[in-house]
Amino acid sequence: MERVVEPSAKVMPLRRHSEWITFGVMVVVLLIAPFFIYPLFLMQALCFALFACAFNLLIGYVGLLSFGHALYFGWASYIAAQAAKVWGLPPELAILTGTAAAATLGVVAGSLAIRRQGIYFAMITLALAQMMYFVALRAKFTGGEDGIQGVPRGHLLGLVDLRSDMAMYLLVLAIFLAGILFIHRIIHSPFGEVLKAIRENEPRAISLGYKTERYKLAAFVLSATLAGAAGSTKALVVQIASLTDVNWPMSGEVVLMTLVGGLGTIFGPVVGSFVILVMQYKLAFLGEWVLVIQGVIFVACVLLFRRGIIGEIANWLRIRL
Amino acid sequence: MVDIFGIPSAALFGQLLIGLINGSFYALLSLGLAVIFGMLNIINFTHGAQYMLGALSAFLLLKYSGLGYWSALIVAPVLVGIVGVIIERMFLQWLYKLDHLYGLLLTFGLALIIEGVSRNYLGSAGLPYALPDSLRGGQNLGFMFLPNYRVWVIVASLTVCLGTWFVIERTRLGANLRAATENPMLVRAFGINVPRMITLTYGFGVALAAFAGVMAAPIYNVSPNMGSELIIVVFAVVVIGGMGSILGAIVTGFGLGIVEGLTKVFFPEASNTVIFVIMAIVLLISPAGLFGRRA
Repeated sequence: MERVVEPSAKVMPLRRHSEWITFGVMVVVLLIAPFFIYPLFLMQALCFALFACAFNLLIGYVGLLSFGHALYFGWASYIAAQAAKVWGLPPELAILTGTAAAATLGVVAGSLAIRRQGIYFAMITLALAQMMYFVALRAKFTGGEDGIQGVPRGHLLGLVDLRSDMAMYLLVLAIFLAGILFIHRIIHSPFGEVLKAIRENEPRAISLGYKTERYKLAAFVLSATLAGAAGSTKALVVQIASLTDVNWPMSGEVVLMTLVGGLGTIFGPVVGSFVILVMQYKLAFLGEWVLVIQGVIFVACVLLFRRGIIGEIANWLRIRL
Repeated sequence: MVDIFGIPSAALFGQLLIGLINGSFYALLSLGLAVIFGMLNIINFTHGAQYMLGALSAFLLLKYSGLGYWSALIVAPVLVGIVGVIIERMFLQWLYKLDHLYGLLLTFGLALIIEGVSRNYLGSAGLPYALPDSLRGGQNLGFMFLPNYRVWVIVASLTVCLGTWFVIERTRLGANLRAATENPMLVRAFGINVPRMITLTYGFGVALAAFAGVMAAPIYNVSPNMGSELIIVVFAVVVIGGMGSILGAIVTGFGLGIVEGLTKVFFPEASNTVIFVIMAIVLLISPAGLFGRRA
């Protein structure tokens, strides 16, 4: 896997703090954005961005390719929708319930998948996700092809009416930023350093005495949980939970978003998900050709620029992003 | 009518037969995946799309050049195999030095392209492909009706699977192939053109998928998404069997087909998920797979 050059100790402060500066710029842009761009689109994009960041935590920092992340995203959105609509929970609890469900699924799927390495890991995660897709297809509460429709957004903490798109946007933005900060914290912690060591050379990490399986499982569960937070939030945003979010093309899409933005960069998945979503909206009139274009982007990214957009920029400026 | 475990025997044997048919396809596809993985170290996500291309070429050959089933059975795999060779030369050969995840991502992209183009061309609905005249009808065995075509599919795929096993495990060509899998540099030093061998191996693996596709065309309709769902099940089959053994891939493929067929009889709700459940159980009991070597 290609990696961004680490900045040397004597670089200018501007470069040393590149991550925080970019973060600040991003926050400002996202605060202004809803005045210029349709908020509903922005909210969905932020949900996918968080989803991609969660996925990137695994592939970018532990080197594990999960090809079934739609499982946590989609099931969390079903559970959150069910909690908000049928159980009548307030939005904050609905999101937490969905997220907890994703975490539980992450524990089960993760402990199975980490029993095999490399390419098998990807196939196992894909197969488990497909199994749960069939369960979603069959289960009564998911509504089959119709999904769970008309999910109420409710009042946040009983106070803020989330039917207003602006209020909902601020909630989504808060969740997204909290997610990014959390991921940033993880990868710069001692725990994160061990994860990177596993990515670089797992046998060596084992020989240094680290129980790598535990670390991998912990990272897997964290990633699934964050993906679940993204899925639960999306269920409230679009007020529907459907089979699309739990099916394998969604797993492929999140891989594509991360790959386009840049594997193993903090902001890459965010940029990648915006790029892919804008492309899908702008090119929607092309129908099935969008699938072909996505395939071409996959091939081009793998062959020509494996660093992705943000990875290339970071490499060019010799900073960390 | 005889009952077995409270199930009419005709239904039981009927599902067993369908299970064997599905098993034939699992075996052919997982065999191709294993052969490709052995040489290229790449999991070929395009395999499902290439299976679909086999069925599609059979359909197009009949429509535009009047070539029937039997010719298609030879021509379609050759055509798709040539496409595979081109794919290997154009794309895959640049990936061998990289992390093998990139191979999965690239072939996934190729699968999206092939599936997308075919959907634009065919629409999402299936196209019917008629049974060859010589295989119409069937035998009445007393306890069940045995359609000739289904018998042919099982026999043909068993023959191809065992033929592949024989070539790889018992001939000089196969010995070279296995040696190149273990140590390509050393085999090159003996004057064997390993890069060409890799290209042809990919072409062959892909042709196996197309062969399965042609055989599937009269049973299921020819549809653009016939490959993508199948390939995920085949991945589970490969995880269960492990990719280290050719015979293992064949046995696992047929075995799981039968188990799936039986599940349809006794517990129909689980028939879609049973293979994945077995995969989970195998991972718990023997993580390396039934025939796999611990990596």
